[in-house]
Amino acid sequence: MLEFLAAHKPGHVEWLLLSATLFAIGLYGVLTRRNAVGILISVELMLNSAALNFVVFNRFVAPAACDGQITAIFVIAVAAAEVVVGMAIFVALFRHRGTIDVNRMNTMKD
Amino acid sequence: MPDLPLALQFAWLIPALPFAAFIAVGLGVSPLSKRAAGLVATLAVAAAALCAWLVAWEYYGLYPPDAAHPAIVVWSFEWLPYDAGLSASAGVLLDPIAVLLLVVVTTVSALIHVYSIGYMGGDPGYGRFFTYMNLFTFSMLGLVVAPNIIQMYVCWELVGLSSFLLIGFYYSKPEAVAAAKKAFIVTRFADLGFLIGILLLGFHGHASFAELAPAIAPEAAAQGVANLQAFDFHYLTHPEVLARLQAASVPFLGLSLLTLAMVLVFMGAAGKSAMFPLHIWLPDAMEGPTPVSALIHAATMVVAGVYLVARLMPAFAASGDALAVVMGVGVFTSLFAAVIAVTQDDIKRILAFSTLSQIGYMMLALGVCSPAHPLGYTAGMFHLATHAFFKALLFLCAGAVIHAVHSNNIWDMGGLARKMPITHAAFLAATLAIAGVWPFAGFFSKDEILLAAFSSGHTAVFAAALLVAGLTAFYMFRLYFVTFWGGHRGPHAAHAREAPAVMWVPLAALAAVSAVAGFVPIGSFVSWGEAHEVPHCIDLRIAIPATAIALLGFALAWRLYARDGAGAARAAAALGILYRTIKRKFYVDEAYLAVTKGFIFPYIARPIAWFDRHAVDGGVDLAGWITRTTGRLCRRLQTGQVQTYGVWFVGGILFVLLLLWAALA
Amino acid sequence: MGLVSWLIALPLLTAAAVAAVPARRWRMIRWIAAAGTGAHLILTAATTVLFWQAAAPDAAAMEGALHTKLYLVEQAPWFKPLGIQYYVGVDGLSVSMTILTSIIIFTGVLASWDVATRTKEFFVLLLVLVTGVFGVFLSFDLFLFFMFYELAVLPMYLLIGIWGTGPKEYAAMKLTLMLLVGSAFVLVGFLAVYHAAGLRTFDLLALGRAEFPSDFQKWVFPMIFVGFGVIGALYPLHTWSPDGHSSAPTAVSMLHAGVLMKLGGYGALRIAVYLLPEGAKAWALLFMVLTTINILYGSFAAIVQKDLKYFTAYSSVSHCGFVLFGVASLNFMGLKGAVIQMFSHGIMTGLFFGLIGMVYSRTHSRMIPEMGGLGKVMPWLATAFYLAGLASLGLPGLSGFVAETHVFLGGFFGNPWVDAAVARTLTVIATLSIVVTAVYVLRGLATVFQGPIVNPGFERLTDATWNERIATGLLVAVLVVVGLAPWPFIALIKGALMPLLNRVYQ
Repeated sequence: MLEFLAAHKPGHVEWLLLSATLFAIGLYGVLTRRNAVGILISVELMLNSAALNFVVFNRFVAPAACDGQITAIFVIAVAAAEVVVGMAIFVALFRHRGTIDVNRMNTMKD
Repeated sequence: MPDLPLALQFAWLIPALPFAAFIAVGLGVSPLSKRAAGLVATLAVAAAALCAWLVAWEYYGLYPPDAAHPAIVVWSFEWLPYDAGLSASAGVLLDPIAVLLLVVVTTVSALIHVYSIGYMGGDPGYGRFFTYMNLFTFSMLGLVVAPNIIQMYVCWELVGLSSFLLIGFYYSKPEAVAAAKKAFIVTRFADLGFLIGILLLGFHGHASFAELAPAIAPEAAAQGVANLQAFDFHYLTHPEVLARLQAASVPFLGLSLLTLAMVLVFMGAAGKSAMFPLHIWLPDAMEGPTPVSALIHAATMVVAGVYLVARLMPAFAASGDALAVVMGVGVFTSLFAAVIAVTQDDIKRILAFSTLSQIGYMMLALGVCSPAHPLGYTAGMFHLATHAFFKALLFLCAGAVIHAVHSNNIWDMGGLARKMPITHAAFLAATLAIAGVWPFAGFFSKDEILLAAFSSGHTAVFAAALLVAGLTAFYMFRLYFVTFWGGHRGPHAAHAREAPAVMWVPLAALAAVSAVAGFVPIGSFVSWGEAHEVPHCIDLRIAIPATAIALLGFALAWRLYARDGAGAARAAAALGILYRTIKRKFYVDEAYLAVTKGFIFPYIARPIAWFDRHAVDGGVDLAGWITRTTGRLCRRLQTGQVQTYGVWFVGGILFVLLLLWAALA
Repeated sequence: MGLVSWLIALPLLTAAAVAAVPARRWRMIRWIAAAGTGAHLILTAATTVLFWQAAAPDAAAMEGALHTKLYLVEQAPWFKPLGIQYYVGVDGLSVSMTILTSIIIFTGVLASWDVATRTKEFFVLLLVLVTGVFGVFLSFDLFLFFMFYELAVLPMYLLIGIWGTGPKEYAAMKLTLMLLVGSAFVLVGFLAVYHAAGLRTFDLLALGRAEFPSDFQKWVFPMIFVGFGVIGALYPLHTWSPDGHSSAPTAVSMLHAGVLMKLGGYGALRIAVYLLPEGAKAWALLFMVLTTINILYGSFAAIVQKDLKYFTAYSSVSHCGFVLFGVASLNFMGLKGAVIQMFSHGIMTGLFFGLIGMVYSRTHSRMIPEMGGLGKVMPWLATAFYLAGLASLGLPGLSGFVAETHVFLGGFFGNPWVDAAVARTLTVIATLSIVVTAVYVLRGLATVFQGPIVNPGFERLTDATWNERIATGLLVAVLVVVGLAPWPFIALIKGALMPLLNRVYQ
């Protein structure tokens, strides 16, 4: 296994496949999870897949620069802020309504 | 026609005076003073009567008796310009029958107005009554002098309106309201025929107007028709036009156009003159005040149909078949109504059926008329005039009697001869006149009709007319004996009193006319077609059987009714179901009700209303429902859930990608 | 600003004046409205006189004219790239309709003297609506016409929805939606005409000089005719009328049945027949059949109605059938009859609805069987009601007779594009309505006004007040004047009809 890994250093295709898989899992989670926290986690997955893409392209397209890595750090920071805001909303919602099931957040309908 | 005598130039005053009085009394006088209302109305009609007599004098001064009597238009203006050649003017046409009717209508109307001052005195609707009466007099006079068929129709409807208003005069009485409605609707139904007839005549008359008018116009212009139109009687009764109309056929039963049109016009005439089967409104019309019954439903309006047929006589005669219809309807109605009159108990209804019968007589007279035997025309018009006087008199006497005993039922009366001597004498004179006893007016006019039927070869018609004469004598003397002879039956009959002078003076005047009018040599004044020989002496072949059968009727009435009427009750019982059928007027009213209330309302009107609410409106609501349902279905997609939208979004992207891939591959 | 612009602007200015008054002074508001509409009546009279003087010398020239001649014209560009103008003026047709509208709105204001809820908004909307109506009758630019047309239709929704009775929201919605569907057809037709003419102008008279191919006319004519037919109560698109009229407040019913329904006949004549005569010929038969159904169907449906307003609404359906029947018969008498009937029916039905409102305000009922013997306590209203009824059954001496005989003669004489036997049969069927109308009018009125007083409470009811007397008296007077002296009215409209006719028979 280790030999196999040492022998086959992953190229950009493999990295991008990983990132796409992560994105797909995240998207699936966003579309199907009913729990708001689950959705948030899924969004994080998608953001991370995007960040991974930046790093991968930085590594394989322009190894000398570090723009992609800096952007990835930004993404992580923004994601962290977003989680904070999102969780704050969810906590408030939970206090107010006793649930964070998104299917029941439909008071603006009708 | 500028060189006319003054009286003829101002002939338009005759209808205009009652019209002015109608406006003045209706709008101004009546609200101010009730007394003045009756006075103004009566004076206006009396002035019109004076004018009418003057006009008659001047007309026969211009065209002496025994000469040709052209129909002259003395005054007209364009009233309703429909189209080129189709204008309707308002005007005054004078010919012998118009002059005759002017005199009769204004005279009778004036006398009845005087009578009404007494009869209606104290009624809260006094002013309204005279307003309506003036409206009627105006419309009737307008009808008489109509120079074209549109003015005829206009005034025709207006007399119908005044009849409606006056029948329903006591408007809080449901029977009066129902009778007024019935009269208007039945005559309106008949007028539908008149209207379609006018449309046919107008259309086909106009079709050959451009061709024929230049030839006819000078002739008409000589008689005062300045601007000939297709609706003018001068055009419609011209032989050339009639020949065209007679030659045209219609895709309907293979009739000639003229026959169809004239039968339709006659339908209107039959409605207004209450001929079978459109007679049902007249007996009910007796709900109106008695002067109204006398003026409108006996003397004048109901003979408008006869007048219309006489006015269009050339057209009816040219068709021939249409005239046969007139005759048939006339004969049947006169017989039918006379039979019913025998069984009725309401004094006014007896007189109403008698009116029907007598108008049938006039129709019959016109019906036996032909260019070769024009006597019927003269006879019919003569009978119209004499009948107007003696029938008005009968009604006014009946009114006086009703006033005295407070009942319409003849079995509540009795023994009134001593209590009301003047009324009694007048009634007797009128009864003798209508029964056809020499020297009263009815004898002459009835004889002339019989002679017309006999000499034109209509023997069956003659026989039927003779039978009607007998029946007339019978039911009239029945009425006379029951009302004026025997003991006092009703609660009020014992203390009945003679009517006041304002009521009996008109009675006396009418009685005098009824007694002597027969001696007028009518043949010299009113005739149709070529100058012809009208017998000025009594034809004994007719007079003897006619008098004999009248005496027979009288004798039978004497036998059955002179003392107590018990014999009559036995006779009625013996006749059984036949008597009941006659008494119920052959169930014609019931048949009408079955058709209108039993069929048209529930099976036509109601389904249409239902169809409108449910099918047509349902269609609209359906369109709304479809829109709303579509909306509701589309709304399902809009859950408000970001996740649902996401699924659609992702699905859509995948689909587009698939398409792109397929396109590139 | 010319006289014709004033005719359009005056109601709007009155509305502005009403809007400026505080709402609590509702008594003053109605006086302002009455003064404004009364002044409008005077303005209309002045316009009529000026028009008469200007048009009289042209009477002979119009006999053979192919193009409408306008008087008192005012014209200004509005949106040049599309050729939209402010283009107003009068001809005989618009003058007659303006007289009608002016009379109806004046009497309508008098009949709404007692509207106490939201008086201000009521009168503002009413006056805005009537501005639209005047605009339609006076404008000769299709775009302007359409704009005013919508302005006349839309306030109706609020007027019925707020001040109505019964199922008013339903009725308001139904009426507005149906009329808007109609105007959608009209709009498409207008745009098609604009496009096909290729003149980049909405000017009606200019479009009248354009040549439209026969096939084009055949599909656009029914579109415009049916579009206007909706508001003219063409069968089977009439069902907004019974519900709408019966739910609307008095003045709105008067205005709607009296004037707005006339927009249909007016538009059909002014635009559909004028621009697309070939189309009119092609569809004459169908529309003659439909309008014959209209005439009889409405009158039969009226027989069994229990509610006075439904009764009158169905009678309106029948009478508006006469208007469109006259138009469809495509000859001089028919067209003339259609215009006279528009005028006559407008006055008559305005009178009807006004009177129903007045009776309702006393008895608080509109159900015919619940009333009886009212003639004794309110003779004035009863007389006026009877006169309206008699006019509607075509009694000579009142305007209905003039109109109906024209229409019957028109239908009977027919036109070369409809088989003569068919046209005559249809006319004969239509004449049946004179009997049916007599039946329902007399039955209805006899029940309400005659016979004994059925409800002891009715004994205390009072007759018409001064404002009601002025309103009903004016309307009755018009019915009588047109009925007794029809020739001036005929002379007034003749010049406007000749071009229409000449184009059809060209």
